Amino acid sequence: MTSLYTGLYLVVFSISLMLLISLGLAVIFGMMKVINLAHGEFMMVGGYACVLSANAGAPLWLGVLAGGAIAGIAGIVVERLVIRFLYGRMVDTLLATWGLSLLFVGAATTVFGASSMGMSTDFANVSLGGMSVSSYNLAICAFSFSLVALCWWLAVRTKAGLIVRGTMQASEMAACLGVDRDRVYMSTFGLGSCLAGLAGAALAPLTGVSPAMGGFFVAKAFITVIVGGHLPLVGASAASSLFGAIDGVVSYAYSSVLGEVSMLIAAVLLLRMLPLGITGRMKRGM
Amino acid sequence: MSSHTFSMSFDAHAGRRPRWPWWASVGVCVALMLAVPRYADTALQLDLSLVMILSLLALSMGLLWGYVGILSFGQTIFFGLGGYAYALFSLNTDLPVAALALAAVVPMLFAVLLGYFMMYGRISDIYLSVITLVVTLIFEKGVRATSGPEYVIGAVRLNGQNGIPGVPGLPLRIGPLDLQSIEGIFYLALFFLALAYVGIRLFLASPTGRVLVGLRENDKRMELLGYDSRLYKLMAFVISGGLAGLAGGLYALWGNFVGPEMFSLNQAAMVVIWVIVGGRSILAGPILGTLLIQYLTTWLGTVGVGQVTLALGFILIVCVLLFPQGLAPACQSLIARLAPQRRAGGER
Repeated sequence: MTSLYTGLYLVVFSISLMLLISLGLAVIFGMMKVINLAHGEFMMVGGYACVLSANAGAPLWLGVLAGGAIAGIAGIVVERLVIRFLYGRMVDTLLATWGLSLLFVGAATTVFGASSMGMSTDFANVSLGGMSVSSYNLAICAFSFSLVALCWWLAVRTKAGLIVRGTMQASEMAACLGVDRDRVYMSTFGLGSCLAGLAGAALAPLTGVSPAMGGFFVAKAFITVIVGGHLPLVGASAASSLFGAIDGVVSYAYSSVLGEVSMLIAAVLLLRMLPLGITGRMKRGM
Repeated sequence: MSSHTFSMSFDAHAGRRPRWPWWASVGVCVALMLAVPRYADTALQLDLSLVMILSLLALSMGLLWGYVGILSFGQTIFFGLGGYAYALFSLNTDLPVAALALAAVVPMLFAVLLGYFMMYGRISDIYLSVITLVVTLIFEKGVRATSGPEYVIGAVRLNGQNGIPGVPGLPLRIGPLDLQSIEGIFYLALFFLALAYVGIRLFLASPTGRVLVGLRENDKRMELLGYDSRLYKLMAFVISGGLAGLAGGLYALWGNFVGPEMFSLNQAAMVVIWVIVGGRSILAGPILGTLLIQYLTTWLGTVGVGQVTLALGFILIVCVLLFPQGLAPACQSLIARLAPQRRAGGER
């Protein structure tokens, strides 16, 4: 019975990690159709902000918020300097954001050194169904699910969300109705980077931070969003659940490398059968 | 297909058979390179050999991206696979020549598998780029995880992170030339690069090659004309995978070493940078780009400006934003302007 609970917990945790990692990309790539290969590096920026502020004595929640804020600002700067010239040119965006990713990695290595930085953590373990679980892992689950809920609320229930969705769907029409497209694109990109930063910051206590950490996340994030299909939130959630489950089970049974490999194989097979992703056939939704 | 539109004005030669100025310039370049070992010191020979081997890798991407319009980041998968295939087979058996052949064949087999899923799944070009990138990452991770003593192929340990040292060269002699010597490897690299360059150029002028260029321009129209775009794209992917694999095998032979860095994301980025800096609309572009960027990174390393990655990232962004055509087409149009009556003369 305990092993069943352990498995269940691992799957839920792995799903929430997957959601956390891919949510920012779901906004930038899924909604804006901007292929952002620097997604992992925005997570790195958030992670460094969190570790540095925590080591300076700030509480963890403040560090996570700082991570989100700084990555968001970095995202807005990047959008103004590079991305805005490339809307609609997907291949060029892909190449330019790859350049950005190299630039960020190089800059972080120059400033902080190539080795990884950690932060001291003291999380209590709590007992859950007969096993002992780090309370921080539970907090991450709660954090990632509430971020998804927040995004959904933002997109569906607020006027700003309506404007953003409308602009992404028909930007000419939105411009005719008096929407400042430039600002919408800029702030949406900022929001996506901010989500990436929050994710990186929240994961920093678990994994530590290093300049190359982005590479660990970017592949997972991309296959999640691509397999998700054209509805960013529903798609990313569905794909996260699927891949999280696969990754969790295989990693638990064999090894984490095998978990990732099986996840990738599942993704390629799935795309062979559903080239438009899980939500390819759905007409409405978010 | 935004990536294709701006290359159209420069590819007029793609479907035509090369004429004598092209053959003459190729001949002059090869002759110049043949003379290099006579005058250059060992270090320069080693550097140039590496540049030629990496040019082969860049050429494999230039063919796929510039002429078929498929941007595959997975060329390093085949590069790495080729290297590992050569290393493992030549260490396990005494047949390095067969191993070099396998360095092309093994990646081609994998290209068939991966390409089948992507081309026959009709995955759109941008997703294809991302998927090949993801596969690259998985390969790197997978190889890095094989450090334990249980990961053995034949009698050779994979060694994960540390790679496989002591990969043998080709124990062959051609006349007075020992193919294991530095000079021998130089000529070997030159031979394969020249062969690939001329071969690709002739291939592109063949009926099949023209179909591929047609696919880049408009794959719907080619399908309506009765060509199976999936099959042709798969074929191009496999050929290019074989070339990259061959480059990997030569790389293993050059450095007597293979390691997981061959699969790495940085390596993949390098290939993209070579091709985009040199220009992908003519075949000489990737070679030129490789030469420039390799020397630039070496130079940056020696002057100690800090992070080479930083500079490369910057170059990539600037190239995408300001010079999306690359250098070689720019040179070509310059030459064409100087000699307006015969514009094919600028091609190397």
